[in-house]
Amino acid sequence: MVSDIISTVEFNYSGELLATGDKGGRVVIFQHEQESKNRPHLRGEYNVYSTFQSHEPEFDYLKSLEIEEKINKIRWLQQQNAAHFLLSTNDKTIKLWKISERDKRAEGYNLKDEDGRLRDPFRITSLRVPVLMPMDLMVEASPRRIFANAHTYHINSISVNSDHETYLSADDLRINLWHLEITDRSFNIVDIKPANMEELTEVITAAECHPHQCNVFVYSSSKGTIRLCDMRAGALCDRHSKFFEEPEDPSSRSFFSEIISSISDVKFSHSGRYMMTRDYLSVKVWDLNMENRPVETYQVHEYLRSKLCSLYENDCIFDKFECCWNGSDSAIMTGSYNNFFRMFDRNTRRDITLEASRESSKPRATLKPRKVSTGGKRKKDEISVDSLDFNKKILHTAWHPKDNVIAVAATNNLYIFQDKIN
Amino acid sequence: MAGADGDDSLYPIAVLIDELRNEDVQLRLNSIKKLSTIALALGVERTRTELLPFLTDTIYDEDEVLLALAEQLGNFTMLVGGPEYVHCLLPPLESLATVEETVVRDKAVESLRKISQEHSPVDLEVHFEPLVKRLASGDWFTSRTSACGLFSVCYPRVSSTVKAEIRQHFRTLCSDDTPMVRRAAASKLGEFAKVLELDYVKSDIISLFTALASDEQDSVRLLAVEACVSIATLLPQEDLETLVMPTLRQAAEDKSWRVRYMVADKFSELQKAVGPEITKNDLVPAFQNLLKDCEAEVRAAAANKVKEFCENLPEDNREQIIMTHILPCVKELVSDTNQHVKSALASVIMGLSTILGKDNTIEHLLPLFLAQLKDECPEVRLNIISNLDCVNEVIGIRQLSQSLLPAIVELAEDAKWRVRLAIIEYMPLLAGQLGVEFFDEKLNTLCMAWLIDHVYAIREAATCNLMKLVEKFGADWAQNTIVPKVLGMANDPNYLHRMTTLFCINALSDVCGRDITTKQMLPVVLKMSEDQVANVRFNVAKSLQKIGPVLEKITLQNQVKPVLDKLATDKDMDVKYFAHEALSVLELTYPAHD
Repeated sequence: MVSDIISTVEFNYSGELLATGDKGGRVVIFQHEQESKNRPHLRGEYNVYSTFQSHEPEFDYLKSLEIEEKINKIRWLQQQNAAHFLLSTNDKTIKLWKISERDKRAEGYNLKDEDGRLRDPFRITSLRVPVLMPMDLMVEASPRRIFANAHTYHINSISVNSDHETYLSADDLRINLWHLEITDRSFNIVDIKPANMEELTEVITAAECHPHQCNVFVYSSSKGTIRLCDMRAGALCDRHSKFFEEPEDPSSRSFFSEIISSISDVKFSHSGRYMMTRDYLSVKVWDLNMENRPVETYQVHEYLRSKLCSLYENDCIFDKFECCWNGSDSAIMTGSYNNFFRMFDRNTRRDITLEASRESSKPRATLKPRKVSTGGKRKKDEISVDSLDFNKKILHTAWHPKDNVIAVAATNNLYIFQDKIN
Repeated sequence: MAGADGDDSLYPIAVLIDELRNEDVQLRLNSIKKLSTIALALGVERTRTELLPFLTDTIYDEDEVLLALAEQLGNFTMLVGGPEYVHCLLPPLESLATVEETVVRDKAVESLRKISQEHSPVDLEVHFEPLVKRLASGDWFTSRTSACGLFSVCYPRVSSTVKAEIRQHFRTLCSDDTPMVRRAAASKLGEFAKVLELDYVKSDIISLFTALASDEQDSVRLLAVEACVSIATLLPQEDLETLVMPTLRQAAEDKSWRVRYMVADKFSELQKAVGPEITKNDLVPAFQNLLKDCEAEVRAAAANKVKEFCENLPEDNREQIIMTHILPCVKELVSDTNQHVKSALASVIMGLSTILGKDNTIEHLLPLFLAQLKDECPEVRLNIISNLDCVNEVIGIRQLSQSLLPAIVELAEDAKWRVRLAIIEYMPLLAGQLGVEFFDEKLNTLCMAWLIDHVYAIREAATCNLMKLVEKFGADWAQNTIVPKVLGMANDPNYLHRMTTLFCINALSDVCGRDITTKQMLPVVLKMSEDQVANVRFNVAKSLQKIGPVLEKITLQNQVKPVLDKLATDKDMDVKYFAHEALSVLELTYPAHD
């Protein structure tokens, strides 16, 4: 079903919960089961905890446009009490959801007896206060805030600030700052819309708040640049504090250079010292103190460079891949085609390609590394570039904040892999 | 309390109790609001043993319901059996204090504070303080933030050992991992300091204050600015320089414009708290810097405080300080690039004239007023015009009036209707200040022009304006100047203008009085009952209903009734309807009896 295509995956801060959003506007939350006592060598599994419809399709009457219900991003809030909170957004509207557990039910009525029949009002001789009795665990999701009408263009990112009271939302041309408790106002902090739309050459592709510094955020563009802004400096952050761009290699210039330089995702490292960007063919790690080039570059699928023409024709060149860090920032992961995903160890410089598909992953079996052959001679177990299935793309991946557990979304299937414990 | 057979007296209470769980949130809310009725019916013991435990565990509800519950519980002392049992209210309020909705939590804290007063000192130590400790060391941020609001109410009445514990808890929360908790601690710092012994204020609070004022989170630092005011008020003057001023100076130059904004916003309170000496030496230069800040929001906040700051300077060198230090900055602000800054300045600058006196006003301030009166931003001009009374007191309006008139005319004809609306609203005030001759000469035409504006809201405001002018200048003036013009519109080819005549008559009949209404206005109204346009005709009926009470009974019978009767048989449905309404309200439905 088309509406089941997973469009976003996100672990919460403790890693206990994993949320997925899909094209049909639904959010499914998985919970990590506690390790079972009889089989301590296996980690607990993730099982469905809650499912709810977050967004519905809408129609913008003023512009005669449909507003898709597809969930673009989910971001969790830090847990503040027994309930869990997350922000989910489609193209236009951001919603704050509360997910809470109920395990008690009130029993005992005054006006009805045990079978539900109404009692005679004149025969009520004493008052009954209801008593709470245990019941089967029920998980409820309720929308607590709706942040609407602040974006003319499609929202591509949301990011919660380290102050736990504000968050930003970004569309193609603007970034807004919201307070979690206030839905009828937001502050516009970045606006790159030119006075004359004919002069538009660059759009915002992703934005993120710094993990510790409440005043810093970054946004990436379709031209391969990243701007870092400081909210302390001024109310409007149109002028950046830092500008990150790698100078182009003139030898590899082609018709497609600008398109493949477009950054599809930007993520700060947990330490806050680095950030990672994903463009079409590579992942780059930047030191925030060095603006003129990245400190590390990893090729995701360089074998596609000679195929850019056909990838342009089938629109795959515009696919937006995400990337993520592991909890200790020692490894990074991103997706590719043919249900392949790639992991890079920053210390050893080793990389691995794995496949997320039913055939190659039986529960509890170890994944076999995959390899794509580019030359004429194809070894056994390798797959040739031309046999890759470009409809099987892994755009969304997530890494548990502490453990070596990863979630990989392959079209409408979610795969959860974990490190074997020895 | 049992009822006898055949007695339904318990029924309403039974309904209320059952509705505590009804699916409809309005019914649940209603029951919660009547919780005291339920408690009375149950009696104190059942309230304590059954009702409260039930309420403690059902915190799954909508905010409105939880908010109402938190409020009710604050008044429940007698319903649980008096101060001896007031501690029974603590468990439900404790759960409400962990809810994520700030309004509910705040109300729960408010109720806890209220009932803490009903606790005896022993009960405070046995029940209340342990609750505060539990909240303060709770796992959830929400419990820890609520704890911050409870320290100050239990501190005064507990033993010194417990006091030490409370101080320790507060210290811990000020350096909590979570910004949310540190924010709560910072916002309660001043209140807590007020109940502490002065020695502890100096030893404990100052270091906490300094730490919070240097917090890495902007949202925490800016709350420390507010705390600064409270703390400064508590300390003796000689300690301010060493204990408070370094932090305040740091805040006024903070890297984050939001913190500097807070300083600007609280400037008057800070000024009062630190006293005249420190103001002269420290706050004057700080204020100058804020007026010249690189961020417009900060300049605007400071500009808003110019008058108050100057007013509160010590009398002996007030004028000198203003002329030397403040006025030059103010002059710069008049031509600021940002319109909000100019607008903020315009709303207070006139107030300086009373402080500086006639000569300084004419020489230094008048050019500034005139410059702002010609500003390109309408809001700036409006703010000047709305504060003319200050200047009037000092130098009289004549000096300004030459510049004033073109400014008013320009605003009155602004393309944006909201700007036109704003100036209309000032018109009665201006008319009063400028006097009837000036008004007749220069402003009368404007007021009439507004009556035929394209925008209905303007026509409506203009009508109301006329009424207020008549209230000021009197019925005679009205008869000579505006009534003829208003009645003249009754022949306008545009039906909207003809209707405006009727609306004006509605507004003016009371203030003009019976005579003018009967002799001049009524004939016009009656004639319009034959208008081609139905809207005009039914408004005639409505007008007659409105002005009827001003007229004599004879007039109503002989002149109004025949016309209404005719309209009651009009071919238009609405005309008939309103005519019948009017006849009924004016009691003219049936022929008069002798």
